[in-house]
Amino acid sequence: MAEPEVIPIVAEADVVHVRQRVRARATELRFSLVDQTKMVTAASELARNALTYGGGGRAEIEVLASGMKRGLRVVFIDQGPGIPNIAEAMRDGFTTGNGLGLGLGGAKRLVNEFEIESIVGRGTRIAITRWV
Amino acid sequence: MERIPILKMGRFLLVTIQVDMDDRLADTLQNDLTSRIAQTGARGVLIDISSVDLVDSFIGRMLANVAAMARVLDAETVVVGMRPAVAITLVELGLSLPGIRTALNVDRGMMLLRQALGDSPDTDG
Repeated sequence: MAEPEVIPIVAEADVVHVRQRVRARATELRFSLVDQTKMVTAASELARNALTYGGGGRAEIEVLASGMKRGLRVVFIDQGPGIPNIAEAMRDGFTTGNGLGLGLGGAKRLVNEFEIESIVGRGTRIAITRWV
Repeated sequence: MERIPILKMGRFLLVTIQVDMDDRLADTLQNDLTSRIAQTGARGVLIDISSVDLVDSFIGRMLANVAAMARVLDAETVVVGMRPAVAITLVELGLSLPGIRTALNVDRGMMLLRQALGDSPDTDG
């Protein structure tokens, strides 16, 4: 497996950069247009969260191969304040910032796999995967 | 600073979004549109998103805000040209864009604005 592509998220323009790189990799993997759009939109939500709530961080984009299956995984890592109550944060309508509060729950619906780990005071790591 | 141009045509303002907007640019467009409605007394706003390949919660919120602010300023907003993949994704994301009128293309959007203002299809200005 190739090394993941690492994209720093420290400014608003980086959110756009993450979107563009995820779009490029999804196109290479021949995702359908709808699947591409879902993956890129989920990545946009999570990159913004890492910037807004996590105080910045990074995205790691990785192409996966598992038997005949191929997929795209993007991991978002920040060293922000962490999420005290993940179940509550996943609920639609929950927000502590100025978004619509659909970031996490909405992003989860757009992908095949969604993993979240968060330690208060240490940061948050969210991995999303979509299979071709 | 980067800005998205706003055209005035008769009583309507027209915007075509052709760039991948970051959040700041989306905010700037929202503010610019609101001020232009107030300055010009425009009665309608048409936003063409046919070149936009992603509407996430931030851009969705911007569109909803423009429609809400325009309404307060006595103007109607129509968003036209949403791509099918974008529409499918928005619904799964859980964004229903409340209060936003949509049309398939610019022609139908203009027709919708004129109807909303009680005009016959041919009059303009």
